[in-house]
Amino acid sequence: MPDRSVVWDSVIRLEDVTKSYPTSSRPALDGVDVAIGKGEFAFLVGSSGSGKSTFLRLVLKEEVPTRGHVHVAGNDLSKLSRWKVPALRRSIGCVFQDFRLLSNKNVFQNVAFALEVIGKPAHVVQKVVPEVLELVGLEGKARRMPDELSGGEQQRVAVARAFVNRPMILIADEPTGNLDPNTSVGIMKLLDRINRTGTTVVMATHDAAIVNSMRRRVVELEDGKVIRDQERGVYGFGG
Amino acid sequence: MRAQFVLREIGIGLRRNLTMTVAVIVTVAISLALLGTGVLIRQQVETMKDFWYDKVEVTVYLCGEVSRRPSCARTAVTQEQRDQLLAELSATPEVDTVFYESQEAAYALFQEKFADSPDLVDNVSASALPESFRVKLKDPTKFEVVAAAFDGRPGVEEVQDQKALLQPFFRILNRVQFFALVVAGLQLLAAALLISNTIRVAAHSRRRETGIMRLVGASNLYIRLPFLLEGVLAGLAGAALASGAMVAVKVFLVDRFLKPTFAFTAFVGWDEVLMLIPALFLTGALLAGLSSFVTLQRHLRV
Ligand SMILES: Nc1ncnc2c1ncn2[C@@H]1O[C@H](COP(=O)(O)OP(=O)(O)OP(=O)(O)O)[C@@H](O)[C@H]1O
Ligand SMILES: [Mg+2]
Repeated sequence: MPDRSVVWDSVIRLEDVTKSYPTSSRPALDGVDVAIGKGEFAFLVGSSGSGKSTFLRLVLKEEVPTRGHVHVAGNDLSKLSRWKVPALRRSIGCVFQDFRLLSNKNVFQNVAFALEVIGKPAHVVQKVVPEVLELVGLEGKARRMPDELSGGEQQRVAVARAFVNRPMILIADEPTGNLDPNTSVGIMKLLDRINRTGTTVVMATHDAAIVNSMRRRVVELEDGKVIRDQERGVYGFGG
Repeated sequence: MRAQFVLREIGIGLRRNLTMTVAVIVTVAISLALLGTGVLIRQQVETMKDFWYDKVEVTVYLCGEVSRRPSCARTAVTQEQRDQLLAELSATPEVDTVFYESQEAAYALFQEKFADSPDLVDNVSASALPESFRVKLKDPTKFEVVAAAFDGRPGVEEVQDQKALLQPFFRILNRVQFFALVVAGLQLLAAALLISNTIRVAAHSRRRETGIMRLVGASNLYIRLPFLLEGVLAGLAGAALASGAMVAVKVFLVDRFLKPTFAFTAFVGWDEVLMLIPALFLTGALLAGLSSFVTLQRHLRV
C-alpha cells in the first residue's frame, strides 16, 4: 500500500477518520487514512455498506467525522465554520446514481439552476450553460424536459450541472448504477474527459468492468476500513 | 443575489401552496384587524377623555336647609362660610376657575332642563336645589386634591367629580378593548403557528430543490430567502386586508353610524386610523418574518 499521507498537494485527505452513526453500532468508517492528489482519478470500491457514500459525504461536510480530520483543498473541515460550507461545496461537483434533476425544469434550466443559486449573473448563465451542454454532448437538447431523456442523457445533464461551475473536485456516487453497460461507458468517457481538464474525480462504484477498463487508482473499503489502495488497480481479486 | 431568480421561486412556492397561503393570509388579517380594533378602542377612550375632561368640572355643593350631612349641621351655608370657601378655592394651585351657581341659577337651569315635564318643575322650588361652586381644574385628573381639601368642611354638602359619571362608560370600553386584545393575541399565536407549519410543508415539498441548492453550494440566505419572503408576503397581504377592515370600520361604523347616533361626543379621527396602518403592516411582516425565520432555522439547515 503506497504511503499517501506524504503527498503534499493532495486535495482530499482523510486522517485516521472514524465515522459512527448514532443509530448503528458498527462504525461506517473506521480509522481511514486516504489522500487523493490534485488531478487524480480514484475509484472507491467495496461491497454494499462498506462506507463509500459515507466517505463522500464527509468530503462534502454533509456529515462530520466522529474522530479524525478531513482536509479538502487545504481546509481542515472540522475548523471550517458553517457559513463557509457553501464555498466548499462550490469547489466540489456531485453526481449521484439517481441523477437528482428537477422534473419541472428543462435541461438548460436544470444546469442554469446550479449557477443561479450561487448568484451568478444572467449573462454568465447564458454563456456558460450552452458550453457545458456541448461538452457533455447534449447540444440541441437544451429545451427537453428530464422525462423526455434517456437515463444516460439525464446523467449527462447531472454531470453538466456538477461541472458547470468548473469545480476543483468531482464526486460521483455510483453514477452508472442505473445505466446499462454501453451507456455507462459513455458516462465514464465523459468523467475521464473532465478529469483531463485537471479536475480531481472520486467515484464510488460497484461496476467491476468499468474499474478494470480504466486502470486508475482503486481504494477498496470493507466494513469501513481501507483494505487495498492500488495505483493502477482493478475492481477486486476475483470479485 | 439575483432578484429575478428569487421572485420566480417565490411565485412557484406561493402557487404550489395556495390553500395554505390563503389560510395564512386570512388568519393574519383577522388577528391584525382585532389588534387594530383594540388599539382604536384605546384611542377612542383617549379621544373621549380629551373631549370630556375639557368640559367636566368639579362641583362643590353647599349646604341648604334640607341638607342631612353632618358637615351641614342642619343649617344652610352662611355668607361667611361661602366667602371663606370661595377664597380658598381660588387660592388652590390646582384650580383654574371658580364659578358660583346660586339656588336661583340652579333652579333656572332645572326649569330649562325639564321644560317638558311641568309637573316636576312645579313640585320643586329653588330652595330645594343646592347652590354650588363650579370648579374648573388645570389638570382634570387632580380631583382628589380638591375633594380632600373641601369634602366635609362646614358648609359643604358634597364634592362631586363629574368625571366619575364617565367612568362606567370607559370601563365598558376598556373591557371590550381588553377582550379584543386577548383574542388578537391568541389569533396572532395561531397565525404564527400556521405560518410556521406552512413554511415547514413548503420546505418539505421543495426538499429536492433545496437539496440540490445545498449541494451546489447555495448560501443559507439564498436557500431560505424565497421561503422567508413567501411568509412575509403572506403577512403583508394579511395586513393589507386588516388595514382595509380598519378603514371600513372608520367609514361605516364610526362616521356613518356612531357619529350621527351619538352626536354629543367625539370619535377617533382619520389620523389615528392612518397611523395604525403602517403599524399593522410592520406587525404582519414581523410576525410572518420571525415565525418563518425560526422555522427555517430548525428545518432547513446547511
Ligand atoms: N444516515 C445513516 N444513519 C445510520 N447509519 C447509516 C447512515 N448512512 C449509512 N449508514 C450505515 O453506514 C454504513 C455505511 O453506509 P454507506 O452508505 O457509506 O455504504 P456504501 O458503501 O455507500 O453502500 P452502498 O454501496 O450500498 O451504497 C452502513 O452500515 C449503513 O447502514
Ligand atoms: Mg452508497
